[in-house]
Amino acid sequence: MKKVFQKPESLTDAKNHYCPGCSHGIIHRLVAECMDEMNIREKTIGVCPVGCSVLAYDYFNCDMLEAAHGRAPAIATAIKRLLPDRFLFTYQGDGDLASIGMAEIVHASARGEKITVIFVNNTLYGMTGGQMAPTTLLGQVTTTSPYGRKAENEGYPMKMAELLSSNEGSAYICRTAVNNPANINRTKRAIKKALQVQEKGLGFSMVEVLSACPTNWGLSPLDGMKWIEDNMIPYYPLGEFKVKEEQ
Amino acid sequence: MERVLMKGNEALAEGAILAGCRGFFGYPITPSSEIAEYMARKMPKIGGVFVQAESELAAINMVYGGASTGARVMTASSSPGLSLKQEGISFIAEAELPCLIVNISRGGPGLGGIQPAQSDYFQATRGGGHGDYHTIVLAPSGSQEMMDFAMEAFELADKYRIPVMIMAEGTLGNIMEPIIMREPVSKFIEKPWATTGCKDRKPNIVNTLHLGNEELENRNHQLFNKYQIINENEKRADTFLVEDAELVVVAFGIMSRIVKKAVVEARKQGVKAGLVRPVTLWPFPDEHIRTAAKNARLFLSVEISMGQMIQDIQLALAGSVPVEFYGRIGFTPNPEEILQEILRLAEREGL
Ligand SMILES: Cc1ncc(C[n+]2csc(CCOP(=O)(O)OP(=O)(O)O)c2C)c(N)n1
Ligand code: SF4
Ligand SMILES: [Mg+2]
Repeated sequence: MKKVFQKPESLTDAKNHYCPGCSHGIIHRLVAECMDEMNIREKTIGVCPVGCSVLAYDYFNCDMLEAAHGRAPAIATAIKRLLPDRFLFTYQGDGDLASIGMAEIVHASARGEKITVIFVNNTLYGMTGGQMAPTTLLGQVTTTSPYGRKAENEGYPMKMAELLSSNEGSAYICRTAVNNPANINRTKRAIKKALQVQEKGLGFSMVEVLSACPTNWGLSPLDGMKWIEDNMIPYYPLGEFKVKEEQ
Repeated sequence: MERVLMKGNEALAEGAILAGCRGFFGYPITPSSEIAEYMARKMPKIGGVFVQAESELAAINMVYGGASTGARVMTASSSPGLSLKQEGISFIAEAELPCLIVNISRGGPGLGGIQPAQSDYFQATRGGGHGDYHTIVLAPSGSQEMMDFAMEAFELADKYRIPVMIMAEGTLGNIMEPIIMREPVSKFIEKPWATTGCKDRKPNIVNTLHLGNEELENRNHQLFNKYQIINENEKRADTFLVEDAELVVVAFGIMSRIVKKAVVEARKQGVKAGLVRPVTLWPFPDEHIRTAAKNARLFLSVEISMGQMIQDIQLALAGSVPVEFYGRIGFTPNPEEILQEILRLAEREGL
C-alpha cells in the first residue's frame, strides 16, 4: 500500500500543547516537511522564541535553542557565522519579532545574515493572554486595547514583511497565510524557497505567516480561519516582497 | 620568551585569541572599544568571526549562540553596556554556556563618566541579572594579567561550563606595559552538548525554561552544587606583608598596586600594614581575609566606589575585626592619600 501521509522525521513524537485551531502546529509541520524534503534535518539548528511556541524545542527533531524574548536573530547570527554550512532558522511570534525583538530582526536583515525566519503573525501576544502587539489591527479588541486599537493612541499595525524587504540584506521576503489548503501549500513553498535562498547564501530570508489564535480572538477554530481571510489579509497583503536572484 | 609592549585592552584581546577565542561580538563603548577594534583587525585573518552588534543586548545574545556551538567566544563592554547585557548573562549562566565577558569598567550610575571605577562590583559578584546565579569574576591588575586572565578565563569557563567575567578598571585597559607573550592553547575539551547539527546523535537542546516546580528547584540546586565546587577550588588572592599586619588593607585591580605602595610606605613609618588583593571577586577569597586577620586590629577596604567589596570583607570576618572604608568616585585614590588614611587610622587605633 502506498503511504500518503506520515509524520515528518523532523518532528518529534511529543504531543504539542497548542490550542485547537491554533496555526502554530500547522506551521511547525510545514517547516519540518521542508527539512525532510531537503534532507537537512541533521544540518539544521533552530532557535525558538518566548511566546506560545516557546516549547518548539521539544517538537522539532533537530538541534534547538530557546532564546530570550526577541533575541533569536542575534543568536542565530552567531551560530551561522561560526558554522556557515549549517541551516539556521528562527521561529518567532509577532510580539517577539516586531516589538521586543525589533532591533535584532532589523539588523539581522540589514546585515544580510544567511538565516531563515519563520514569523508567526497572529496579531497579539498569545502566550500572555491576548495583549496588544505591534501587529494588532485597528479597531481590534485585545486585553490591553479593550476599546479597540486606535491610531491616535496606539499607532498603526506594523507591516514587517514590507519593512524588512527595504533592507538590501534581505534576499527573500514573503507573506503567506495558513487559513485554507491553497494558502497552506503556498506557505510551504515559501518556506522551502527561503531555505533554498539560505543554502545559496543569498542573504536574509523571512516568511511571515498570517496565523490564527482562536483562543485569544474568542472564536471557534473555523471562524478563526475566516477572520484571517476577512480581517488580516486585507491589511497584510500576501505575496513575495523581495526575491533576490543569484548573481 | 618574547617581551612586547602592549596596551591592557590589546593584551586582553590577544590573550583571548591565544586561548582559541574565534568569535567576538560587541558594541563600542569607551574605555573598552580597543578590544573590539583589535578583534575586528585580527579575527578575519585567523578564520574567526567578528560582528559589531546593534546593541549590547544583541552582542550578549550572539555570545549565547556562539558559545552554544562549542566555540570559544567573548564580548567586551563597559559599565552601561554591562547593564544591558544582564538579561543575556542570566540566560547564559542558566544554560551553562562557557564564554568570556569583559567589563572595562567606568563610573556610574547612569551614563556616569568614563573615569575608571569599581562600582560594578555588586553587579558582577551577585549575578547581576535576574535569578540565582553566579559568574566567576577575575580582576587583573596589569597588562600581563589582562592577557593571562583572558586565557585562564576560557579554561575556567570550559571546565565549569560557566560564563567568566573579567572586570578591569578603564586604567588597566589603557596603560601600556611590557608583557611576556604566551603560547597559543592547543588542547581543548570536548563539548558533546553543543548545538552543531544532530548528525549521528540525538538532537541537543540549549534551553533555560523549566516549567515544573520540582524541575526548576532541581535545576537551581544543580547550579548551586557547581557553584559550591567553584567556591571550594577557585578562590584566589595575593597577600603582601599580612603575617604580622595589624592593619590589613584590601584592594583589587589597579587599586591593589596603588595600595601596595602605600603599605610599603606605612611600614617605613612604623605601621604594621599589610595587603590582601582578591584576584577572584567571585568566588570571594574569604579564607585569605580570615588568615590575614590573625594579628589584625583593623581592616580597611579601598575601592573606586562608594563601598561595595567592604560587604564581602565584613561577611568574611563576621564581626571579628572592624572594617573601615576609603573610596573615591571620579578619581583613583593615589598612594599618598591612602598612606594618610592608613596613618590616620593607625593613630586613632594606637597601632
Ligand atoms: C523580557 C520579557 N518580557 C516579557 C515576557 C512575557 N511574554 C512572554 S510571551 C510574550 C508575548 C508573546 O507573543 P508573540 O511573540 O506574539 O507570540 P505568540 O504567543 O502570540 O505566539 C510576552 C510579552 C517575557 N517572557 N520576557
Ligand atoms: S493561545 Fe493562541 S497562539 Fe497560543 S496556542 Fe492557543 S491559539 Fe495558539
Ligand atoms: Mg503573537
